[in-house]
Amino acid sequence: MATIASTEANETSRRTRSRGLWSALVAISYIQAAPLLLILGFFFVLPILTIIVVSFWDYDFAGLYPDFLTMNYTDTLGSWVTWKTYLNTLKLTAITWALTLFIGFWVAYFLAFHIRTTTMQMVLFLVCTVPFLTSNIIRMISWIPVLGRNGLVNSTLIELGIIPQPIEWLLYSDFAVVLAMVHLNTLFMVTPIFNTLMRIDRSLIEAARDCGASSWQVLWNVVLPLAKPGMAIGSIFVVTLVMADFSTVQVMSGGQSASVALMMKNQMSLLQYPAAAANAVVLLIVVLLMVAAILRVVDIRKEL
Amino acid sequence: MNNERRSKGFYVLAAFFALFVLFLYGPLSAVLILSFQGPDGGLTFPLNGVSLHWFYNLFEKQAVGDFGASFRRSFTLGLMVMVVNVVVALLAGLAFRHRFRGATALFYVTVASLVVPSIIISLGIGVVFQQFGLKPAWYSSGFGAHLTWTLPFGVLIMFAVFNRFSPAYEEAARDLGATAWQTFRHVVLPMIAPSLIGVGLFGFTLSYDEFARTLMTSGTYNTLPLEIYGMTTNVTTPVLYALGTVTTLFSFTIILAALAIILLLRRRQAKIS
Repeated sequence: MATIASTEANETSRRTRSRGLWSALVAISYIQAAPLLLILGFFFVLPILTIIVVSFWDYDFAGLYPDFLTMNYTDTLGSWVTWKTYLNTLKLTAITWALTLFIGFWVAYFLAFHIRTTTMQMVLFLVCTVPFLTSNIIRMISWIPVLGRNGLVNSTLIELGIIPQPIEWLLYSDFAVVLAMVHLNTLFMVTPIFNTLMRIDRSLIEAARDCGASSWQVLWNVVLPLAKPGMAIGSIFVVTLVMADFSTVQVMSGGQSASVALMMKNQMSLLQYPAAAANAVVLLIVVLLMVAAILRVVDIRKEL
Repeated sequence: MNNERRSKGFYVLAAFFALFVLFLYGPLSAVLILSFQGPDGGLTFPLNGVSLHWFYNLFEKQAVGDFGASFRRSFTLGLMVMVVNVVVALLAGLAFRHRFRGATALFYVTVASLVVPSIIISLGIGVVFQQFGLKPAWYSSGFGAHLTWTLPFGVLIMFAVFNRFSPAYEEAARDLGATAWQTFRHVVLPMIAPSLIGVGLFGFTLSYDEFARTLMTSGTYNTLPLEIYGMTTNVTTPVLYALGTVTTLFSFTIILAALAIILLLRRRQAKIS
């Protein structure tokens, strides 16, 4: 009896002690997470909420007036310019996404399956990564001497006698915008896909080979399905970056093409914040729907 | 794998990879070469003599905007972002090792901060500062805007690091009588040091080149990317290329320094074990 009582007492005391330790750990976790929460709370959550509120406000040239109007939304959704701009942005996003996915996959595939030493893999991967850490605007500008009227491509083609006069649409055109977008964003595809490919158990590929699969069948039935999470992460990056881009479109199209974010930027420079905010909310919903669609297709939780 | 003959696929893909690298570096090298144009050279090839004319031009105040001052601002801001990024991402990484209420929500907010378009965050912070009657400046609103972009990267890296981090080392240290602080300082920190350098490097370079999130939040004084963006519309001399060359070389230097430090740390660890 006494022993039972004492073991029970022991049991409870041990439980309270471990509970005390547990709550101490949780308290420490909260303290550790607090800086992140505060920074993102003030500079991310609060601004987004503010935009949603302000998008219902009234404004004129002098300032903003708290109100509850749907005018900003009816204005933006009722104008065919908005729809055309969205269509243009979506087209640009789709083309860029397809190209970056194709290039990114094969580059990652080459690095993961054809390079035999880890050192070499890392070196080549870094070679791909370094430009990403340099200025985007400079990388855009760097196309000017290559694609311009008297640029490298045109002068080479004329020298070779392939074309009689310079091709005009190389620079300041939709072509140039897509080219720059691919140039700037392919790395966002390469990195996550490379990461997933490296984690594929090589014995699966051996097994497929032993069962008589051709290299195409291995690629299609083993590698591609396993690479999907990486492709999804890369796609989320590329889609959100291209959908919300304004600088690349502005610089590379020479001001001839429009994107949703560029439309917003122009409204901001005219201090029409509520109108820009309404556009921002619409764009945010569209982007989040696209991300949700990607996540519906592929479960990326295993990746983290 | 290693004693197989190289297949045809390898050569096709190797050529593809080489083209990709050329695509990445080709335009940049064109800028590098063209920045050494002679004094009356233009924006395209051929080179009209070779000179350092445009580099001198860059450092004269009247030729372009105030390059020196905007560089100093971007550099300072990059360092600020780097330090805060490393500390906050490390703490958050440690926090996420234990389950606490709201952990999932906080994680989703962090990822959302990456996904939400930069220009929307820029606008939001601009409007918040305006409504609160605060003056936006690169070291306050701009600083916060940069953190919403660099912190998620840092947190995700730390998350991945701690996911693969065995708690056995800490248990061993604790069994040998180390305090919590000693365990962290002498066991955990040396093991994750290379990753922390990586987080710092990301923080600095992403901030140093950040443009979209700075647009509405930098206040009166421009950071370097804003300065360059302004130049793209009104400068038509190779001074633009000189600027590109200088900033790119600066970025390269930072990256190489970070890599060197990571390699040194790895070496030291290898020696110890």
